[in-house]
Amino acid sequence: MKPAAAAVAEATVPAHDDLVDESIVMAHFVAGLVFLTISMLAGILMALQLVHWNPLKGVELLSPGRWRMVHTNAVAYGFLANAFLGSLNWAVPRMTFHPVASRALNWFIFWAWQVIVAAAAVGIIIGPSLQDQVWVMNLARDWHVPMSLGAQGLEWGETPFWIDPVALLGLALVAVNFMVPIAKSKGPMYVALWYFMAAFVWTFLTYAMGNLLPEYTVGGTSAGAIGGLFIHDLVGLFVTPLGWGLMYYFVPILLQKPVWSHGLSLVGFWGLAFFYPLQGIHHFLYTPIPMFLQYGAVISTIAVELVVATVVINFFGTLAGRSSAFVTNLPIRYFYTGMVFYFITCFQCALQVTLTFQKLIHFTDWVVGHAHLVMFGVFSLWLFGIMTYLIPRILRRPWWSHTLCVYHYWLSAGGLFVMFLDLTLAGVFQGYYWASLQPWDVSTIGSQPFWIVRVFAGLTMFAGLLCFLFNLWMTWRGAESTAAAALPARGAVPA
Amino acid sequence: MFESKAGIFFIAGVGFFVLAFLGNGVVPMIMYKDRPELTAEELVAGAPDPDEPDAWKVPPNRRVLVQFQDLAERWPEQFRTAFGEPTAEKCAEALRLGRQIYIGEGCWHCHSQFVRPVSNESLRYGPVSQSHEYDNELQRPVMFGTRRVGPDLSREGGRRGNDWHAVHFYKPNVVSNQSPMPEYPWFFDGAPDKPNRRGLALITYVQWLGSWLPDYPYYEELAEVTGE
Repeated sequence: MKPAAAAVAEATVPAHDDLVDESIVMAHFVAGLVFLTISMLAGILMALQLVHWNPLKGVELLSPGRWRMVHTNAVAYGFLANAFLGSLNWAVPRMTFHPVASRALNWFIFWAWQVIVAAAAVGIIIGPSLQDQVWVMNLARDWHVPMSLGAQGLEWGETPFWIDPVALLGLALVAVNFMVPIAKSKGPMYVALWYFMAAFVWTFLTYAMGNLLPEYTVGGTSAGAIGGLFIHDLVGLFVTPLGWGLMYYFVPILLQKPVWSHGLSLVGFWGLAFFYPLQGIHHFLYTPIPMFLQYGAVISTIAVELVVATVVINFFGTLAGRSSAFVTNLPIRYFYTGMVFYFITCFQCALQVTLTFQKLIHFTDWVVGHAHLVMFGVFSLWLFGIMTYLIPRILRRPWWSHTLCVYHYWLSAGGLFVMFLDLTLAGVFQGYYWASLQPWDVSTIGSQPFWIVRVFAGLTMFAGLLCFLFNLWMTWRGAESTAAAALPARGAVPA
Repeated sequence: MFESKAGIFFIAGVGFFVLAFLGNGVVPMIMYKDRPELTAEELVAGAPDPDEPDAWKVPPNRRVLVQFQDLAERWPEQFRTAFGEPTAEKCAEALRLGRQIYIGEGCWHCHSQFVRPVSNESLRYGPVSQSHEYDNELQRPVMFGTRRVGPDLSREGGRRGNDWHAVHFYKPNVVSNQSPMPEYPWFFDGAPDKPNRRGLALITYVQWLGSWLPDYPYYEELAEVTGE
């Protein structure tokens, strides 16, 4: 199976400028990096709080509890969503040979999305301060809405209730904007487009399910099941398919060879589509949710890990023969490091989802380490790799400093891996402290060494980001001041 | 089918999502569909059984009302400004507000609200959580939680006095050894003996958690802990 490009090889290929609006790719990347900076600062604040080093104690609007929610939401909706939208704006038109439905709509989505994420953060930070006002309570009574202008009590769904309908509208517009070029494309669809198409449907449905049902209709334990499904699907049906789709697009281009096995891509996509959504309840094992549903979630989780193995094997099969690219090509190094981390995440998943592991590690920092491994170690590294690859092409000049790009890689990947090992180990300690009925403070005091290491691992990752931001700034500034003659030729962009 | 637009849109996109939603979401909804969701007022004042005039469908929760009245006696001026009289109605209002504070401040990201049947949790906290405990307005959406930096709170009500909670929210370190919990001075008018409306509501909410159960063990008195 060859990319869709081959199927229409005889036809005229539209010019890059007619397909891709490069400025919106860049705009999404910059917005994403801004939110990532905010998110990492919020994470550092929470990490400092745990080791008693928080220098901003007792300041209401800087409360670590509120900023903890900004940390996760800014990563998911601010950084990942923006960076994905930027990458999709490059990949989808170039794969389908059709521009997005509307460039104007594209810019509307861009600004609307930034307003949504920023307003959600403001709501989470300021909402609780207004909570004791009588009019807020009356709002709930008179309008049948959740009684809060701030966060809602569902993980990843903390976005204030007044944001949710706007965000849903935004997601629908994103789907339309990218579905149009996909629908117009001729010939067999390439793997990456399967993932993108499905992701546009899934993200909308997942967001609607998680932000409407538990708040307005379903209650009690059933809402817990929906909540589990939501936090799970948000990773599995929004972030994962977009991430893998982009890998299926960028890896063959950078290695300049087709994906190793088309059959395995089919297994990977359909296996993920079938098994991934069935696992939501594994986040709430040993809760009062009916036990047979918990068993089902455990079994389908183990099943999906086998599917993941086929995808990873397929990509390493693709790398075979070109493995020096792992050393010489920085984006490829980002991509394959992320894939190794993905395999570790999923291998870990197959074990930790069992009831035996859950006894010990549920509620501990093990889970926090797992979440960072997948969100930062996999998807953020992939998006850093894509940015490292695309930004010089958009700015038409090489990176100001290749060394800083390499530092960005090592500080991000190294810091993350230390954090992952550290939190995983911390989780085992915490689990045993609790099970052995030690007083609670034994577990928090015993966690201090791990939490201190975590602070420095986080600062290392943040230093990597600062390298990247400084490099981007210098590259961009240079791009503006240099004559057009210095620009690399169009041909530098591989087709 | 496996590579066509329609196949991916309808089977993978919509079909598999709906299948999982039916299996994981709708099944528990159907199982629990006959359980009414109690209001905060019913949780405090109780609800009479419509079939038997002298019986309770839900008995009144005197424990949380006693804690609410204790707040009114302990800090009368603060309480009067915030809630007026310690009636059942006002107690329900405080529970609703307290729960929203609990959500808005992110308490639920470090404290879970369910006791598992494993890892000695029923010894530490009390009876394993059951489904019916969550069938009420104050559990919408339910906050099982995914992380315990601090202990589970679903059996916290009545374990400690209101004054302990006030000091704890003001400066956790004073009563809880080297606690990493943040300080919440904005629940008070400058001193721990002056909790404001938000502080009083949050204390009421925490004292409510678990108060519907007949009893649960005091962890501090367990033989495993005291060594006797």
